[in-house]
Amino acid sequence: MTAEISILHVGKTYTTPQGGVVALDDISLVVPPGEFLCIVGPSGCGKSTLLRMLAGISSHTSGEINCRAVDERQRPLTAMVFQEYGLFPWRTVLDNVMFGLEMRNVARRERIVIAQDYLAKVGLAQFARAYPHQLSGGMKQRVAIARALANDPAILLMDEPFAALDAQTRYLMQEELLRIWEADRKTVLYITHSLEEAVMLGDRVAVMTARPGRIKQIYPIDLPRPRTQALRTSVAFNQLVATIWEDLVEEVNAAQLQEWTAIAEQKGRTGWLNSQQRKTRVKVSTD
Amino acid sequence: MVKQPTTKNQSEGFYRLISFLSPILFLFSWETLVRVGLLDYRFFPAPTMLVEIFVEMIGSGELWSHVSISLMRVLAGFALGALPAISLGLLMGWFRAVYAFFDPLIAAIYPVPKIALLPLFLIMFGLGETTKIVTIAVAVFFIVLITTVNGVRLVDPILTDVARSYGAHGWRLFARVIFPATLPAIFTSLRLGMGIALLVIVGAEFVAANSGVGYLIWTSWATLTVKKMYVGLVLIALLGVLSTQGLERLRKLTMPWAQDFHTPR
Ligand SMILES: Nc1ncnc2c1ncn2[C@@H]1O[C@H](COP(=O)(O)OP(=O)(O)O)[C@@H](O)[C@H]1O
Ligand SMILES: [Mg+2]
Repeated sequence: MTAEISILHVGKTYTTPQGGVVALDDISLVVPPGEFLCIVGPSGCGKSTLLRMLAGISSHTSGEINCRAVDERQRPLTAMVFQEYGLFPWRTVLDNVMFGLEMRNVARRERIVIAQDYLAKVGLAQFARAYPHQLSGGMKQRVAIARALANDPAILLMDEPFAALDAQTRYLMQEELLRIWEADRKTVLYITHSLEEAVMLGDRVAVMTARPGRIKQIYPIDLPRPRTQALRTSVAFNQLVATIWEDLVEEVNAAQLQEWTAIAEQKGRTGWLNSQQRKTRVKVSTD
Repeated sequence: MVKQPTTKNQSEGFYRLISFLSPILFLFSWETLVRVGLLDYRFFPAPTMLVEIFVEMIGSGELWSHVSISLMRVLAGFALGALPAISLGLLMGWFRAVYAFFDPLIAAIYPVPKIALLPLFLIMFGLGETTKIVTIAVAVFFIVLITTVNGVRLVDPILTDVARSYGAHGWRLFARVIFPATLPAIFTSLRLGMGIALLVIVGAEFVAANSGVGYLIWTSWATLTVKKMYVGLVLIALLGVLSTQGLERLRKLTMPWAQDFHTPR
């Protein structure tokens, strides 16, 4: 089976006025079609950078990215959902959902039919004419998901989509996302800082190293589908979370050390760093 | 859930009532103080006396002749200044090169109070209407330009990211995302511009006109017809209120999605 996405030795260096920032350096990852892959890693390790490159809003500086499905302009057929929703406040809910189709020059009549269909799928059919500011956070993210799906992407990219929502809403949204995904099993790349969310949703969970991020380890999640929140109490679920956490915590500590080193260099005080280092070994918490 | 304006309406009516109270109280005290002789009516004519002269001036057509000419100058100058400013502002905000090219020039001219350029324009255009219109236009131009440029630069990057991720680029990105995202800033700039236009018209009509509300205020002082001076002050305030409301209506029409400025949330 050909891979949906293959990322080979990809690097990304941001150029800033202060010089280059190496966000990614030699990351490789292969994703088969129809897989729900969750990516976890310490903050700042380059997760968003990776997704932005796949979404076509950022370019890689080395290596190769290949996607099976591309459009006429050789752009990967991806659609991205951002943590910040990114709805256009001047457009109604329906017009927001139609945005991608509009950019692809789909005829207006057709756009409306497709958009209404996906709005119904996320349970917001009756809010088609509302404006984003009239919606709650959870509803906004539903609209953003409908907008992404309406574009019929081969790959759905999600960058911490539910991180800004309260716990109850987040749980509901997770189940809803799974329900929608089960229907057509698109390839999903899902970034989260919650390991439990990753295990809950993913077919596999990839752990990234501290910056510059690489794939450290990939864990298959052999939990039965369809999954619901009831899974959280199962032994298998909690064992997986605990195992992966051991791996992840090393990277979180390494990332923290990096950060402190940078601050210490700025402050020119190494004594401060040593005292912080002694205090390290972050307390284990997974959500 | 969708927010419903339920209990909001009755409290809104309450606040509106309170807002009426202070002007009424003010006018009433003024009137009383004049009547009992504590205020000299030659310098502070009572509100009722002003109403009298107001009506008289409407009847004679004097009032409308001043208002209409001032209005014409303000609107012409405003349009002449604001439209190019919005266009250039959008370009400067969006294209780094356009910004780099114009910025030094604008940074140099911006701090000059534009009314100070009136004598220069008098030399260039003489005593006619052009001078007043151009002075207003220049003043409006700079404030609208700078506010618009900032507006474009402050467009939330998440919006451009989303648009780009759906393949928007070039003109389409600009027209479908950057422009609507900048509209709120543009309306803010227009409000500021209108305030400045009124300031400049009064100043210009003080010294370089023989008609208009500014002229009315100035000559009333010179000829000691104090009542007419007050009428002039009321008129300029009215112009301010009307123009702000006109812009507000335009804003609501253009941006039905926008929330009201004053509704606390
Ligand atoms: N536009 C940018 N310019 C410079 N550095 C950036 C930019 N975007 C991200 N970075 C840096 O690249 C690294 C990875 O960022 P990011 O991909 O956002 O990490 P993550 O999503 O894993 O938290 C961070 O150190 C961040 O500071
Ligand atoms: Mg991120």
